[in-house]
Amino acid sequence: MKSLILLAGVATVAVGTMAFAQDDVDPAVTARQAHMQLYAHNIGILGGMAQAKIDYDAELAQIAANNLAAVAALDETTYWIEGTAEGTKALPAIWENMDDFMAKQDGMTNAAAAMADVAGTDLASLQGAMGDLGGACSACHREYRQRN
Amino acid sequence: MGYGRWISGFGVVGLGVAFFVTAPAPLPDDALIGADGTALIGDPIAGEMVFHAAGCASCHSAEGTDALAGGKSFVSDFGTFYAPNISTDVDHGIGAWSDHDLASAMIAGVSPNGAHYYPAFPYTTYSKMTPQDAVDLIAHLRSLPADATPSRDHDVGFPFNIRRLLGGWKFLFASDDWVVADVATPELERGRYLVEALGHCAECHTPRNALGALNTGDWMRGAANPSGDGTIPSVHSDDLGWSAQDIAIYLDSGFTPDFDTVGGEMVDVVDNTSQLSDEDRAAIAAYLVALP
Repeated sequence: MKSLILLAGVATVAVGTMAFAQDDVDPAVTARQAHMQLYAHNIGILGGMAQAKIDYDAELAQIAANNLAAVAALDETTYWIEGTAEGTKALPAIWENMDDFMAKQDGMTNAAAAMADVAGTDLASLQGAMGDLGGACSACHREYRQRN
Repeated sequence: MGYGRWISGFGVVGLGVAFFVTAPAPLPDDALIGADGTALIGDPIAGEMVFHAAGCASCHSAEGTDALAGGKSFVSDFGTFYAPNISTDVDHGIGAWSDHDLASAMIAGVSPNGAHYYPAFPYTTYSKMTPQDAVDLIAHLRSLPADATPSRDHDVGFPFNIRRLLGGWKFLFASDDWVVADVATPELERGRYLVEALGHCAECHTPRNALGALNTGDWMRGAANPSGDGTIPSVHSDDLGWSAQDIAIYLDSGFTPDFDTVGGEMVDVVDNTSQLSDEDRAAIAAYLVALP
């Protein structure tokens, strides 16, 4: 019985190690994907309110917008390392047009700051800032993200 | 001797049929005449909505501008096509074209000098455009600024560079039938018109056969990207799983239900659909969700 448990334990560790080996992703890729998830999480709160899927809550909207603006203000230079596009949705065009790519990131920084200025005011102000925010996201996704 | 005569006889008949089938046929002269016998009058305001619904600017606007100067490239298995200048410039655009010339181009796929257009220009779907929408769209096009950038020749090799052969392609594949034959409500009928006639969504979202014709059996179920970059997703509800409201919101805001955003060429499409009415976006969404 003990040996069975031991065997199961060894098998679990072995499978876990294999899974780790398969998931051996460059930490820079993990970091930038986490960055995008933080965007999506906070935009989800703001967008949910804008689309009337959740009730407008000025305090919560302000928190989400502040978080978004803080993430968008981060300097992403260390995530976007040349040669890390393989197996991700990042297109090699990023590194051929780094100035434009960075300019589009600045666009996101500005749109997120504009959202943080108004998200806690009222629902109409939040809704008014959503368009530019979405536009800033898709400006980058248009040029630099792989289709499916 | 007798057989030879028969065979050459068939050959002559075959050539005659081929000549007839491949001959470019512009619209009939009375195509833009209304039921009351007078010429249809174009409304440029209504035409602006047709312009957005038909996605004209997505292909014909020059990179980074609103001018319809053309120049965007479209890579395919048959060569690279370049969108032409359709601004109001008299020499390089459509400024000198008659309404009939423009309607023939959009609806029949025939140029003013009587040549077939390549179906990279989606006249195979615009053929279902109503004559009133066509004259409205033309009135809007005439209200836009001129740009003197010359159109670039397509880069298409033999045999696809023989435009006359496109007559055979049209004969085989162009159809005035709706893909979704039955629409139960006026909203679904409007959605079908916006998707199948003006929006030409299937041009990207439906796979093609070896000759480049849409495989309507896999209508809207996604396709390879002709440029080789990734795939174009299925928008059939079996695969997409979005509600009609999700789709309508996406076509307006560019946000997916997960608050990811639109990317790739679809950004240009959402630029257009975001300018349609809420009712039209809802109609598109209703049609997509109801696809059999």
